[in-house]
Amino acid sequence: MIKIENLHKSYKTGATSLHVLKGLNLNIEDGELVSIMGSSGSGKSTLLNILGILDEADEGSYLLDGVPIKNLSEKKAAVYRNKFLGFIFQSFNLIGYKTALDNVALPLYYQGMKRQPRLEKAMDYLEKVGLADWATHLPNQLSGGQKQRIAIARALASDPKVLLADEPTGALDSKTSREIMNLIQEINDEGKTILIVTHEEDIAEMTKRIVNLKDGVIIDDKVIEQKRALDYV
Amino acid sequence: MFDLDRWEEIFETIRKNKLRTFLTGLSVLSGIFILVVLLGIGEGIQNGIEHQFQNDAENRISIWPGRTSVDYKGLNKDRRIQFKNKDYDLVVRKFEDNLEYKSSLYRVWRSMITYKSESGNYRIESVYPDYQFLENQTMVEGRYLNPTDLNNYSKVAVIGEKMKKELFGKATATGEYIMINGINFKVIGVYSDPGGDRAESRVAIPITTGQRVFNGGDQIRSMSFTLPTMENFDQALAASEGFITDIERQLKQTHTVAPNDNSAISINNTLKEAKRIYFMISSIKIFFWFVGIATLLAGVVGVGNVMLIIVKERTKEIGIRKALGAKPNSIIWMILHEAIFITAIAGFLGLFLGMVLLDAVGPMIKSDFLRNPAVNFQVAVATVVILVIAGTIAGFFPARRAARIKPIDALTDE
Repeated sequence: MIKIENLHKSYKTGATSLHVLKGLNLNIEDGELVSIMGSSGSGKSTLLNILGILDEADEGSYLLDGVPIKNLSEKKAAVYRNKFLGFIFQSFNLIGYKTALDNVALPLYYQGMKRQPRLEKAMDYLEKVGLADWATHLPNQLSGGQKQRIAIARALASDPKVLLADEPTGALDSKTSREIMNLIQEINDEGKTILIVTHEEDIAEMTKRIVNLKDGVIIDDKVIEQKRALDYV
Repeated sequence: MFDLDRWEEIFETIRKNKLRTFLTGLSVLSGIFILVVLLGIGEGIQNGIEHQFQNDAENRISIWPGRTSVDYKGLNKDRRIQFKNKDYDLVVRKFEDNLEYKSSLYRVWRSMITYKSESGNYRIESVYPDYQFLENQTMVEGRYLNPTDLNNYSKVAVIGEKMKKELFGKATATGEYIMINGINFKVIGVYSDPGGDRAESRVAIPITTGQRVFNGGDQIRSMSFTLPTMENFDQALAASEGFITDIERQLKQTHTVAPNDNSAISINNTLKEAKRIYFMISSIKIFFWFVGIATLLAGVVGVGNVMLIIVKERTKEIGIRKALGAKPNSIIWMILHEAIFITAIAGFLGLFLGMVLLDAVGPMIKSDFLRNPAVNFQVAVATVVILVIAGTIAGFFPARRAARIKPIDALTDE
């Protein structure tokens, strides 16, 4: 599903150049649930941005579902993001003046879907994350856990190939974190490929594979025995 | 262009961001409102001034005699000059082809005029038929004097509307007989004069009759002419100046007046006056347009500014939208579409309010120099359209900037 080879990325700040990613190789198969770990500055966010087509690598190749991601126009990048990827952010990034339902329907709007089917489909996903009753609420009327569920529903709405989650539980308490992780595991159980960037050990343990990043190189990549989030409760 | 979904998207943002919408709209609305009111006042001033000088035909040249102020050819100064019929005939004969309207005038300042039991003192003007046009008069009933009246020394009179009201009330005056200085005159018409009550408190009779009845002999008080209108104002002015110079020389020669004597013969050229007034009016108009355009420009800059702020405020939202698959063009359109919509609505609202104000307050203004302030609807609509277009252009650059926002930057901007 995701295949990267010899990925390099550096940031130039004035005269100095910061080499963030130093030749990464990574292969993620369909249906995997992978966590990318590392301390801050390890390059994990940069990697996620490149995987999310929000940023572009200086060197190396990136294949997403067999499609090479290289020198894309802004327009093409937008289409690929919409079609292939669903984003889950630490700070939810819901649009404040839109209702839960409209937030979930937004990726479908950019797919050009008509209003009625769009809202019906969005409603289905809200039901899936258990928030159908909250459809007409605005984000600031919801709790953190509820917001993240809305964000997950939104990420799923366009039926992407891969979900990219950047510290999805970073802003939540441990109980809510487990509920969210449980939801993510359930979605993975249905066959969706999911990538989670985190620095929390217990969150990483709930995935099926941990990739450890340090100073721009992968120092460890192991398949683990998944711990179910529900077992913690 | 007409994409229902996009409109829904925009209405939603507008509904949910009332303050932002209100502020954008307000700057546009007030700009157009001020422009419309200014243009209206400019128009009102023009109307007022034009009205002030509309009393007589605008290219009228009047000539009347005075007293000499210079000794000349053995004649003392302070000698009174008297125009005669032959002076008028001379001018007419000499300039026949160049004249549009012409009339001499023999005037009796005050005379008792009676109709049945009503009576009053009125000025009597003995004139030629053309005098109607020289005074810019229009007939309210009946007809004006004609050449036959002059040839027959007819005892006919055309009276002013004010005078008619005083003597006849609401009844018809035409066909009735009034008594002027003990002689019966038949009223053949009633005129109205833009000069108002004073000019309508007069009676016009044939000059031949007047000179005979009032023992005027061949004396005349003054003479007036107009030259045919010309395409070009400056041409018309030059022609009239040339005409005046010729007449002045001619009359001074006939009456043995020194060429440098300025008080013996007075000539008033309305056209020259008109030039000054037109210049004044156009200066005022240019000034108001300048202020108006500056206001519009400020409005456009305001729109651009608000757009920049909107883009700044929506940076994160734009980042989210882009991460969800919004194409750059859709971001530009989202920003512009909203701006165009608000600008257009607010612009027309400002236009409407401005016109309502002019309509409501305009008729109440009773100043000589401000009359019927109104604005040309097409001009006003055009300014709104220009503002919308300019606002779009001003909004395009912030919108393009918005489209270039990188989602990562926008999303990590916390």
